[in-house]
Amino acid sequence: MAMAQAKSTAKVELRGVKKRFGPKIVLDGVDLTIEKGQSLVVIGGSGTGKSVMIKCVLGILRPDAGHIYVDGEDVTHMRGGARDAVLRKFGMLFQGSALFDSLPVWENVAFGLIQGRGVARKKARDKAIETLARVGLGPEVGDLSPAELSGGMQKRVGLARAIAAGPEIIFFDEPTTGLDPIMADIINDLIVRTVKQVGATTLSITHDMVSARKIADRIAMLYKGKIIWQGPTAEIDSTGNPYVEQFIHGSAEGPIKMEVRA
Amino acid sequence: MNILAPIGRAVLALFAHAGRLTVFTVTAVFDAFIPPIYWSLIGQQMLRIGFFSLPVVGLTAFFTGGVLALQIYIGGNRYGAEAIVPQIVVLGITRELGPVIAGLMVAGRVGAAIAAEIGTMRVTEQIDALTTLATNPVKYLVVPRLWAALISMPILVAIADSIGVFGGYVVSTASLNFNGAVYIKNTVDFMTHSDVYSGLIKAAVFGFIIALMGCYNGFHSKGGAQGVGTATTNAVVSSSILILAANYLLTSVLFTK
Repeated sequence: MAMAQAKSTAKVELRGVKKRFGPKIVLDGVDLTIEKGQSLVVIGGSGTGKSVMIKCVLGILRPDAGHIYVDGEDVTHMRGGARDAVLRKFGMLFQGSALFDSLPVWENVAFGLIQGRGVARKKARDKAIETLARVGLGPEVGDLSPAELSGGMQKRVGLARAIAAGPEIIFFDEPTTGLDPIMADIINDLIVRTVKQVGATTLSITHDMVSARKIADRIAMLYKGKIIWQGPTAEIDSTGNPYVEQFIHGSAEGPIKMEVRA
Repeated sequence: MNILAPIGRAVLALFAHAGRLTVFTVTAVFDAFIPPIYWSLIGQQMLRIGFFSLPVVGLTAFFTGGVLALQIYIGGNRYGAEAIVPQIVVLGITRELGPVIAGLMVAGRVGAAIAAEIGTMRVTEQIDALTTLATNPVKYLVVPRLWAALISMPILVAIADSIGVFGGYVVSTASLNFNGAVYIKNTVDFMTHSDVYSGLIKAAVFGFIIALMGCYNGFHSKGGAQGVGTATTNAVVSSSILILAANYLLTSVLFTK
Protein backbone atom coordinates (compact mmCIF):
# COMPACT_ATOMS: atom_id res chain seq x y z
CA MET A 1 0.00 0.00 0.00
CA ALA A 2 2.76 2.38 0.93
CA MET A 3 4.58 1.46 -2.31
CA ALA A 4 1.54 2.17 -4.44
CA GLN A 5 1.00 5.51 -2.78
CA ALA A 6 4.63 6.52 -3.25
CA LYS A 7 4.43 5.64 -6.94
CA SER A 8 1.37 7.77 -7.52
CA THR A 9 3.01 10.96 -6.24
CA ALA A 10 6.47 10.43 -7.76
CA LYS A 11 7.38 13.39 -9.97
CA VAL A 12 10.62 11.93 -11.29
CA GLU A 13 11.63 8.32 -10.94
CA LEU A 14 14.80 6.51 -12.03
CA ARG A 15 14.75 2.72 -12.23
CA GLY A 16 17.97 0.78 -12.73
CA VAL A 17 19.59 3.51 -14.83
CA LYS A 18 22.95 2.48 -16.23
CA LYS A 19 25.44 4.45 -18.28
CA ARG A 20 28.98 3.69 -19.30
CA PHE A 21 31.54 5.53 -21.39
CA GLY A 22 33.75 2.94 -23.05
CA PRO A 23 35.14 0.73 -20.31
CA LYS A 24 34.24 3.17 -17.53
CA ILE A 25 30.95 2.43 -15.74
CA VAL A 26 29.54 5.73 -14.52
CA LEU A 27 26.00 4.78 -13.44
CA ASP A 28 25.52 1.20 -12.29
CA GLY A 29 21.81 0.85 -11.71
CA VAL A 30 20.57 4.04 -10.07
CA ASP A 31 17.16 3.85 -8.35
CA LEU A 32 15.85 7.18 -7.17
CA THR A 33 12.41 8.66 -6.57
CA ILE A 34 11.63 12.34 -6.16
CA GLU A 35 8.21 13.00 -4.73
CA LYS A 36 6.12 15.92 -5.92
CA GLY A 37 7.09 19.14 -4.15
CA GLN A 38 10.14 17.55 -2.57
CA SER A 39 13.66 18.93 -2.56
CA LEU A 40 16.10 16.08 -3.02
CA VAL A 41 19.84 16.62 -2.88
CA VAL A 42 22.22 14.03 -4.26
CA ILE A 43 25.66 14.23 -2.70
CA GLY A 44 28.78 12.49 -3.86
CA GLY A 45 32.40 13.11 -4.70
CA SER A 46 33.66 14.58 -7.95
CA GLY A 47 33.38 12.15 -10.84
CA THR A 48 30.81 9.87 -9.20
CA GLY A 49 28.34 10.43 -12.03
CA LYS A 50 26.06 13.05 -10.49
CA SER A 51 26.07 15.23 -13.60
CA VAL A 52 25.67 12.20 -15.87
CA MET A 53 22.58 11.20 -13.88
CA ILE A 54 20.98 14.62 -14.38
CA LYS A 55 21.87 14.62 -18.07
CA CYS A 56 20.22 11.22 -18.48
CA VAL A 57 16.98 12.52 -16.98
CA LEU A 58 17.06 15.55 -19.29
CA GLY A 59 17.76 13.41 -22.35
CA ILE A 60 21.10 15.07 -23.07
CA LEU A 61 22.65 11.63 -22.57
CA ARG A 62 20.97 8.32 -23.30
CA PRO A 63 21.08 5.68 -20.56
CA ASP A 64 22.30 2.24 -21.66
CA ALA A 65 19.71 0.48 -19.52
CA GLY A 66 16.90 1.28 -17.10
CA HIS A 67 13.94 3.62 -17.24
CA ILE A 68 13.21 7.21 -16.33
CA TYR A 69 9.68 8.32 -15.53
CA VAL A 70 8.41 11.88 -15.33
CA ASP A 71 4.89 12.18 -13.92
CA GLY A 72 4.56 8.43 -14.37
CA GLU A 73 5.38 8.65 -18.10
CA ASP A 74 8.35 6.70 -19.46
CA VAL A 75 10.56 9.36 -21.07
CA THR A 76 13.72 7.27 -21.46
CA HIS A 77 13.69 7.07 -25.25
CA MET A 78 11.65 10.12 -26.18
CA ARG A 79 12.95 12.37 -28.95
CA GLY A 80 11.91 15.40 -30.96
CA GLY A 81 8.61 17.06 -30.15
CA ALA A 82 7.64 14.65 -27.36
CA ARG A 83 10.99 15.26 -25.65
CA ASP A 84 10.56 19.03 -25.98
CA ALA A 85 7.13 18.76 -24.35
CA VAL A 86 8.71 16.95 -21.38
CA LEU A 87 11.60 19.43 -21.23
CA ARG A 88 9.12 22.30 -20.86
CA LYS A 89 8.40 20.95 -17.39
CA PHE A 90 12.06 21.39 -16.43
CA GLY A 91 14.32 24.24 -15.49
CA MET A 92 18.02 23.83 -14.90
CA LEU A 93 20.74 25.87 -13.22
CA PHE A 94 24.12 24.84 -14.60
CA GLN A 95 27.33 24.67 -12.62
CA GLY A 96 29.01 27.44 -14.61
CA SER A 97 25.62 29.15 -15.16
CA ALA A 98 26.02 28.41 -18.93
CA LEU A 99 24.56 31.78 -19.91
CA PHE A 100 24.47 32.51 -23.64
CA ASP A 101 27.18 35.15 -24.00
CA SER A 102 25.89 36.27 -27.40
CA LEU A 103 22.62 37.47 -25.85
CA PRO A 104 21.91 40.20 -23.28
CA VAL A 105 20.86 39.10 -19.80
CA TRP A 106 17.13 39.64 -20.33
CA GLU A 107 17.13 37.49 -23.47
CA ASN A 108 18.92 34.76 -21.55
CA VAL A 109 16.18 34.79 -18.94
CA ALA A 110 13.44 34.98 -21.56
CA PHE A 111 15.01 32.36 -23.85
CA GLY A 112 12.77 29.49 -22.79
CA LEU A 113 9.71 31.69 -23.22
CA ILE A 114 10.65 33.06 -26.65
CA GLN A 115 12.20 29.97 -28.28
CA GLY A 116 10.67 27.14 -26.30
CA ARG A 117 7.13 28.45 -25.94
CA GLY A 118 6.71 31.08 -28.65
CA VAL A 119 5.91 34.01 -26.34
CA ALA A 120 6.11 37.44 -28.02
CA ARG A 121 9.40 39.26 -27.33
CA LYS A 122 7.81 42.29 -25.67
CA LYS A 123 5.83 40.17 -23.25
CA ALA A 124 8.79 37.86 -22.63
CA ARG A 125 10.96 40.87 -21.80
CA ASP A 126 8.50 42.07 -19.15
CA LYS A 127 8.42 38.59 -17.69
CA ALA A 128 12.23 38.45 -17.70
CA ILE A 129 12.54 41.76 -15.85
CA GLU A 130 9.98 40.52 -13.32
CA THR A 131 11.91 37.27 -12.84
CA LEU A 132 15.19 39.14 -12.43
CA ALA A 133 13.56 41.13 -9.62
CA ARG A 134 12.67 37.85 -7.89
CA VAL A 135 16.35 36.91 -7.71
CA GLY A 136 17.27 40.38 -6.49
CA LEU A 137 18.49 41.98 -9.71
CA GLY A 138 17.28 45.35 -10.99
CA PRO A 139 15.91 45.96 -14.48
CA GLU A 140 19.15 47.73 -15.53
CA VAL A 141 20.95 44.36 -15.37
CA GLY A 142 18.70 43.11 -18.16
CA ASP A 143 20.56 45.02 -20.85
CA LEU A 144 24.06 43.99 -19.75
CA SER A 145 25.95 41.17 -21.37
CA PRO A 146 26.57 38.07 -19.19
CA ALA A 147 30.35 38.64 -19.46
CA GLU A 148 29.94 41.91 -17.54
CA LEU A 149 28.54 40.14 -14.46
CA SER A 150 30.37 38.63 -11.48
CA GLY A 151 30.11 34.90 -10.77
CA GLY A 152 27.43 35.39 -8.12
CA MET A 153 25.37 37.62 -10.40
CA GLN A 154 25.69 35.06 -13.21
CA LYS A 155 24.35 32.40 -10.83
CA ARG A 156 21.36 34.62 -10.09
CA VAL A 157 20.71 35.15 -13.78
CA GLY A 158 21.05 31.39 -14.30
CA LEU A 159 18.51 30.85 -11.53
CA ALA A 160 16.19 33.43 -13.09
CA ARG A 161 16.49 31.63 -16.45
CA ALA A 162 15.71 28.31 -14.77
CA ILE A 163 12.52 29.59 -13.11
CA ALA A 164 11.33 32.11 -15.74
CA ALA A 165 8.95 29.76 -17.52
CA GLY A 166 7.46 28.45 -14.28
CA PRO A 167 8.87 24.90 -14.40
CA GLU A 168 7.43 22.06 -12.35
CA ILE A 169 10.84 20.51 -11.80
CA ILE A 170 14.13 22.36 -11.30
CA PHE A 171 17.62 20.81 -11.37
CA PHE A 172 20.56 22.48 -9.68
CA ASP A 173 24.04 21.37 -10.71
CA GLU A 174 26.52 22.37 -8.00
CA PRO A 175 24.71 25.66 -7.28
CA THR A 176 27.35 27.01 -4.89
CA THR A 177 30.58 25.83 -6.54
CA GLY A 178 33.01 28.65 -7.19
CA LEU A 179 31.23 31.16 -4.95
CA ASP A 180 32.50 32.69 -1.71
CA PRO A 181 30.73 31.43 1.45
CA ILE A 182 28.54 34.51 1.78
CA MET A 183 27.44 34.49 -1.86
CA ALA A 184 26.90 30.72 -1.57
CA ASP A 185 24.57 31.30 1.37
CA ILE A 186 22.71 34.00 -0.55
CA ILE A 187 22.25 31.64 -3.48
CA ASN A 188 21.07 28.85 -1.13
CA ASP A 189 18.50 31.21 0.41
CA LEU A 190 17.37 32.30 -3.03
CA ILE A 191 16.96 28.70 -4.12
CA VAL A 192 14.90 27.80 -1.05
CA ARG A 193 12.75 30.92 -1.38
CA THR A 194 12.14 30.85 -5.12
CA VAL A 195 11.46 27.12 -5.14
CA LYS A 196 8.81 27.67 -2.45
CA GLN A 197 7.28 30.48 -4.52
CA VAL A 198 7.19 28.43 -7.71
CA GLY A 199 6.12 25.30 -5.83
CA ALA A 200 8.53 23.18 -7.81
CA THR A 201 10.03 19.77 -7.24
CA THR A 202 13.80 19.99 -7.17
CA LEU A 203 16.82 17.79 -7.62
CA SER A 204 20.19 19.25 -6.71
CA ILE A 205 23.61 17.69 -6.96
CA THR A 206 26.39 19.03 -4.84
CA HIS A 207 29.41 18.16 -2.78
CA ASP A 208 28.90 21.18 -0.55
CA MET A 209 27.35 19.82 2.67
CA VAL A 210 26.40 23.28 3.96
CA SER A 211 24.36 23.82 0.83
CA ALA A 212 22.89 20.31 0.97
CA ARG A 213 21.68 20.74 4.56
CA LYS A 214 20.14 24.08 3.73
CA ILE A 215 18.14 23.19 0.61
CA ALA A 216 17.34 19.50 1.07
CA ASP A 217 14.22 17.80 2.43
CA ARG A 218 15.87 14.54 1.64
CA ILE A 219 19.46 13.55 0.85
CA ALA A 220 20.77 10.66 -1.22
CA MET A 221 24.39 9.68 -1.64
CA LEU A 222 25.76 8.45 -4.95
CA TYR A 223 28.91 6.35 -4.83
CA LYS A 224 30.40 4.20 -7.59
CA GLY A 225 27.31 4.59 -9.75
CA LYS A 226 24.80 3.51 -7.10
CA ILE A 227 22.67 5.21 -4.47
CA ILE A 228 24.23 3.86 -1.28
CA TRP A 229 22.12 5.77 1.23
CA GLN A 230 19.07 7.99 1.27
CA GLY A 231 16.91 9.51 3.95
CA PRO A 232 15.54 12.74 5.44
CA THR A 233 18.03 15.57 5.96
CA ALA A 234 17.69 15.30 9.76
CA GLU A 235 19.04 11.75 9.68
CA ILE A 236 22.21 12.54 7.75
CA ASP A 237 24.32 12.75 10.93
CA SER A 238 23.15 9.41 12.33
CA THR A 239 23.29 7.10 9.35
CA GLY A 240 25.89 4.71 10.66
CA ASN A 241 27.01 4.39 7.05
CA PRO A 242 30.81 4.73 6.90
CA TYR A 243 30.74 6.19 3.37
CA VAL A 244 28.23 8.89 4.26
CA GLU A 245 30.08 9.70 7.48
CA GLN A 246 33.38 10.06 5.72
CA PHE A 247 31.80 12.31 3.11
CA ILE A 248 29.93 14.66 5.45
CA HIS A 249 32.96 15.07 7.68
CA GLY A 250 35.22 15.57 4.69
CA SER A 251 37.76 13.11 6.01
CA ALA A 252 40.60 11.65 3.98
CA GLU A 253 40.47 8.47 6.10
CA GLY A 254 37.71 5.98 5.38
CA PRO A 255 36.31 3.54 2.87
CA ILE A 256 36.14 6.06 -0.01
CA LYS A 257 39.36 6.14 -1.98
CA MET A 258 39.90 8.96 -4.41
CA GLU A 259 40.32 7.83 -7.97
CA VAL A 260 42.91 9.94 -9.69
CA ARG A 261 41.72 9.28 -13.23
CA ALA A 262 38.27 10.42 -14.20
CA MET B 1 54.40 -5.03 -27.93
CA ASN B 2 51.63 -5.74 -30.37
CA ILE B 3 52.27 -3.63 -33.45
CA LEU B 4 48.81 -4.30 -34.85
CA ALA B 5 47.01 -2.72 -31.89
CA PRO B 6 47.87 0.92 -32.66
CA ILE B 7 47.00 0.42 -36.33
CA GLY B 8 43.66 -1.08 -35.34
CA ARG B 9 42.99 1.76 -32.94
CA ALA B 10 43.73 4.34 -35.63
CA VAL B 11 41.47 2.60 -38.15
CA LEU B 12 38.63 2.32 -35.61
CA ALA B 13 39.03 5.98 -34.68
CA LEU B 14 38.88 6.93 -38.35
CA PHE B 15 35.67 4.99 -38.88
CA ALA B 16 34.12 6.37 -35.69
CA HIS B 17 34.99 9.86 -36.89
CA ALA B 18 33.55 9.26 -40.37
CA GLY B 19 30.39 7.78 -38.85
CA ARG B 20 29.90 10.71 -36.47
CA LEU B 21 30.42 13.20 -39.29
CA THR B 22 27.92 11.38 -41.51
CA VAL B 23 25.26 11.26 -38.78
CA PHE B 24 25.89 14.92 -37.99
CA THR B 25 25.60 15.92 -41.66
CA VAL B 26 22.41 13.95 -42.25
CA THR B 27 20.79 15.33 -39.08
CA ALA B 28 21.75 18.89 -39.97
CA VAL B 29 20.50 18.61 -43.55
CA PHE B 30 17.17 17.18 -42.43
CA ASP B 31 16.78 19.83 -39.75
CA ALA B 32 17.53 22.51 -42.34
CA PHE B 33 14.11 21.92 -43.91
CA ILE B 34 11.99 21.22 -40.83
CA PRO B 35 10.47 24.14 -38.93
CA PRO B 36 11.16 26.01 -36.75
CA ILE B 37 13.67 27.80 -39.00
CA TYR B 38 15.32 30.77 -37.36
CA TRP B 39 15.25 33.36 -40.17
CA SER B 40 16.70 36.19 -38.12
CA LEU B 41 19.66 34.01 -37.16
CA ILE B 42 20.25 33.16 -40.83
CA GLY B 43 20.32 36.89 -41.57
CA GLN B 44 22.71 37.55 -38.70
CA GLN B 45 25.04 34.78 -39.85
CA MET B 46 24.94 35.97 -43.48
CA LEU B 47 26.15 39.32 -42.22
CA ARG B 48 29.01 37.67 -40.30
CA ILE B 49 29.95 35.05 -42.88
CA GLY B 50 29.35 36.98 -46.09
CA PHE B 51 29.40 40.70 -45.54
CA PHE B 52 32.28 40.91 -43.07
CA SER B 53 34.40 38.65 -45.28
CA LEU B 54 34.14 41.13 -48.17
CA PRO B 55 37.29 43.18 -47.40
CA VAL B 56 39.63 40.21 -47.02
CA VAL B 57 38.17 38.31 -49.97
CA GLY B 58 38.11 41.45 -52.14
CA LEU B 59 41.75 42.26 -51.41
CA THR B 60 42.99 38.73 -52.11
CA ALA B 61 40.92 38.60 -55.31
CA PHE B 62 42.38 41.90 -56.50
CA PHE B 63 45.98 40.80 -56.01
CA THR B 64 45.29 37.37 -57.47
CA GLY B 65 43.85 38.94 -60.63
CA GLY B 66 46.84 41.28 -60.82
CA VAL B 67 49.49 38.60 -60.43
CA LEU B 68 47.63 36.35 -62.87
CA ALA B 69 47.82 39.09 -65.52
CA LEU B 70 51.55 39.52 -64.91
CA GLN B 71 52.33 35.80 -65.11
CA ILE B 72 50.24 35.20 -68.22
CA TYR B 73 51.91 38.17 -69.89
CA ILE B 74 55.37 36.81 -69.10
CA GLY B 75 54.44 33.28 -70.13
CA GLY B 76 52.53 34.36 -73.24
CA ASN B 77 55.44 36.57 -74.26
CA ARG B 78 57.58 33.47 -74.93
CA TYR B 79 55.16 32.49 -77.72
CA GLY B 80 54.33 36.01 -78.78
CA ALA B 81 50.86 35.38 -77.34
CA GLU B 82 50.79 38.13 -74.68
CA ALA B 83 47.52 39.52 -76.07
CA ILE B 84 45.66 36.59 -74.53
CA VAL B 85 45.92 38.05 -71.00
CA PRO B 86 42.26 39.25 -70.61
CA GLN B 87 40.82 35.92 -71.75
CA ILE B 88 42.96 33.77 -69.47
CA VAL B 89 42.49 36.10 -66.49
CA VAL B 90 38.71 35.95 -66.69
CA LEU B 91 38.73 32.20 -67.26
CA GLY B 92 41.12 31.51 -64.38
CA ILE B 93 39.34 33.82 -61.97
CA THR B 94 35.73 32.76 -62.59
CA ARG B 95 36.35 29.05 -62.92
CA GLU B 96 39.05 28.41 -60.36
CA LEU B 97 40.75 31.15 -58.43
CA GLY B 98 37.68 33.16 -57.44
CA PRO B 99 35.88 30.31 -55.67
CA VAL B 100 39.01 28.60 -54.34
CA ILE B 101 40.73 31.70 -52.97
CA ALA B 102 37.46 32.97 -51.47
CA GLY B 103 36.77 29.49 -50.06
CA LEU B 104 40.17 29.23 -48.39
CA MET B 105 40.00 32.77 -46.99
CA VAL B 106 36.50 32.20 -45.61
CA ALA B 107 37.55 28.81 -44.20
CA GLY B 108 40.29 30.57 -42.25
CA ARG B 109 38.18 33.51 -41.18
CA VAL B 110 34.72 32.06 -40.66
CA GLY B 111 35.32 28.31 -40.21
CA ALA B 112 37.66 29.05 -37.31
CA ALA B 113 35.23 31.51 -35.74
CA ILE B 114 32.33 29.05 -35.99
CA ALA B 115 34.34 26.21 -34.45
CA ALA B 116 35.64 28.41 -31.64
CA GLU B 117 32.22 29.84 -30.83
CA ILE B 118 30.32 26.55 -30.86
CA GLY B 119 33.23 24.75 -29.17
CA THR B 120 33.18 27.26 -26.31
CA MET B 121 29.43 26.86 -26.04
CA ARG B 122 29.96 23.09 -25.80
CA VAL B 123 32.59 23.19 -23.05
CA THR B 124 30.69 25.79 -21.00
CA GLU B 125 27.48 23.68 -21.22
CA GLN B 126 25.64 26.34 -23.23
CA ILE B 127 24.62 23.69 -25.76
CA ASP B 128 23.15 21.55 -22.96
CA ALA B 129 21.41 24.67 -21.68
CA LEU B 130 19.76 25.11 -25.10
CA THR B 131 18.42 21.56 -24.87
CA THR B 132 16.99 22.13 -21.40
CA LEU B 133 15.23 25.24 -22.71
CA ALA B 134 13.44 22.99 -25.24
CA THR B 135 15.49 24.35 -28.15
CA ASN B 136 17.16 21.96 -30.58
CA PRO B 137 20.83 23.04 -30.68
CA VAL B 138 21.33 21.74 -34.23
CA LYS B 139 18.44 23.85 -35.48
CA TYR B 140 19.44 26.88 -33.44
CA LEU B 141 23.21 26.82 -34.02
CA VAL B 142 24.08 24.65 -37.03
CA VAL B 143 21.24 25.16 -39.51
CA PRO B 144 21.43 28.99 -39.64
CA ARG B 145 25.18 28.82 -40.27
CA LEU B 146 24.75 26.21 -43.01
CA TRP B 147 22.08 28.24 -44.82
CA ALA B 148 23.98 31.48 -44.39
CA ALA B 149 27.22 30.04 -45.79
CA LEU B 150 25.41 28.28 -48.62
CA ILE B 151 23.68 31.51 -49.67
CA SER B 152 26.40 34.07 -49.06
CA MET B 153 29.39 32.26 -50.57
CA PRO B 154 28.11 32.48 -54.19
CA ILE B 155 27.35 36.18 -53.71
CA LEU B 156 30.78 36.70 -52.20
CA VAL B 157 32.44 34.84 -55.07
CA ALA B 158 30.47 36.80 -57.69
CA ILE B 159 31.90 39.97 -56.16
CA ALA B 160 35.36 38.40 -55.85
CA ASP B 161 35.21 37.44 -59.57
CA SER B 162 34.50 41.04 -60.54
CA ILE B 163 37.26 42.39 -58.33
CA GLY B 164 39.72 39.75 -59.57
CA VAL B 165 39.06 40.63 -63.21
CA PHE B 166 39.39 44.28 -62.28
CA GLY B 167 42.76 43.52 -60.67
CA GLY B 168 43.93 42.00 -63.95
CA TYR B 169 42.61 45.02 -65.82
CA VAL B 170 44.42 47.49 -63.57
CA VAL B 171 47.78 45.72 -63.90
CA SER B 172 47.38 45.19 -67.66
CA THR B 173 46.44 48.78 -68.47
CA ALA B 174 48.78 50.41 -65.96
CA SER B 175 51.99 48.48 -66.54
CA LEU B 176 51.54 46.12 -69.52
CA ASN B 177 50.39 48.75 -72.07
CA PHE B 178 46.96 47.21 -72.76
CA ASN B 179 44.20 49.41 -74.10
CA GLY B 180 41.42 49.55 -71.49
CA ALA B 181 38.48 49.35 -73.90
CA VAL B 182 40.02 46.45 -75.84
CA TYR B 183 40.80 44.63 -72.60
CA ILE B 184 37.17 44.83 -71.46
CA LYS B 185 35.81 43.88 -74.89
CA ASN B 186 38.07 40.82 -75.05
CA THR B 187 37.06 39.80 -71.53
CA VAL B 188 33.32 40.07 -72.19
CA ASP B 189 33.44 38.44 -75.62
CA PHE B 190 35.41 35.48 -74.39
CA MET B 191 33.60 34.80 -71.11
CA THR B 192 30.64 32.38 -71.21
CA HIS B 193 27.77 31.98 -68.75
CA SER B 194 28.94 28.51 -67.80
CA ASP B 195 32.32 29.86 -66.65
CA VAL B 196 30.56 31.97 -64.06
CA TYR B 197 27.84 29.47 -63.09
CA SER B 198 30.27 26.65 -62.50
CA GLY B 199 32.30 28.90 -60.21
CA LEU B 200 29.20 29.88 -58.27
CA ILE B 201 28.14 26.24 -57.85
CA LYS B 202 31.60 25.54 -56.45
CA ALA B 203 31.21 28.50 -54.11
CA ALA B 204 27.94 27.15 -52.69
CA VAL B 205 29.53 23.74 -52.08
CA PHE B 206 32.56 25.33 -50.42
CA GLY B 207 30.26 27.39 -48.21
CA PHE B 208 28.48 24.25 -47.08
CA ILE B 209 31.81 22.54 -46.34
CA ILE B 210 33.12 25.49 -44.32
CA ALA B 211 30.01 25.82 -42.14
CA LEU B 212 29.65 22.06 -41.71
CA MET B 213 33.25 21.47 -40.63
CA GLY B 214 33.18 24.49 -38.32
CA CYS B 215 29.97 23.34 -36.65
CA TYR B 216 30.96 19.67 -36.51
CA ASN B 217 34.33 20.30 -34.90
CA GLY B 218 32.88 22.83 -32.49
CA PHE B 219 30.01 20.55 -31.54
CA HIS B 220 32.32 17.65 -30.73
CA SER B 221 35.03 19.60 -28.94
CA LYS B 222 35.78 18.68 -25.36
CA GLY B 223 38.11 19.43 -22.53
CA GLY B 224 38.23 23.19 -22.12
CA ALA B 225 40.45 25.75 -23.84
CA GLN B 226 42.78 23.20 -25.40
CA GLY B 227 39.85 21.25 -26.84
CA VAL B 228 38.44 24.39 -28.40
CA GLY B 229 41.86 25.18 -29.89
CA THR B 230 42.08 21.72 -31.41
CA ALA B 231 38.54 22.03 -32.77
CA THR B 232 39.41 25.34 -34.40
CA THR B 233 42.57 23.98 -36.02
CA ASN B 234 40.73 20.86 -37.23
CA ALA B 235 37.91 22.95 -38.66
CA VAL B 236 40.27 25.09 -40.75
CA VAL B 237 42.54 22.24 -41.87
CA SER B 238 39.73 19.83 -42.74
CA SER B 239 37.62 22.40 -44.56
CA SER B 240 40.65 23.63 -46.56
CA ILE B 241 41.55 20.10 -47.64
CA LEU B 242 37.93 19.26 -48.43
CA ILE B 243 37.58 22.47 -50.46
CA LEU B 244 40.57 21.57 -52.63
CA ALA B 245 39.41 17.96 -53.04
CA ALA B 246 35.84 19.03 -53.83
CA ASN B 247 37.22 21.59 -56.27
CA TYR B 248 38.91 18.85 -58.26
CA LEU B 249 35.82 16.65 -58.20
CA LEU B 250 33.51 19.49 -59.21
CA THR B 251 35.82 20.60 -62.00
CA SER B 252 35.91 17.08 -63.41
CA VAL B 253 32.11 16.83 -63.21
CA LEU B 254 31.26 20.35 -64.41
CA PHE B 255 33.78 20.71 -67.27
CA THR B 256 34.04 17.26 -68.81
CA LYS B 257 30.65 17.26 -70.52
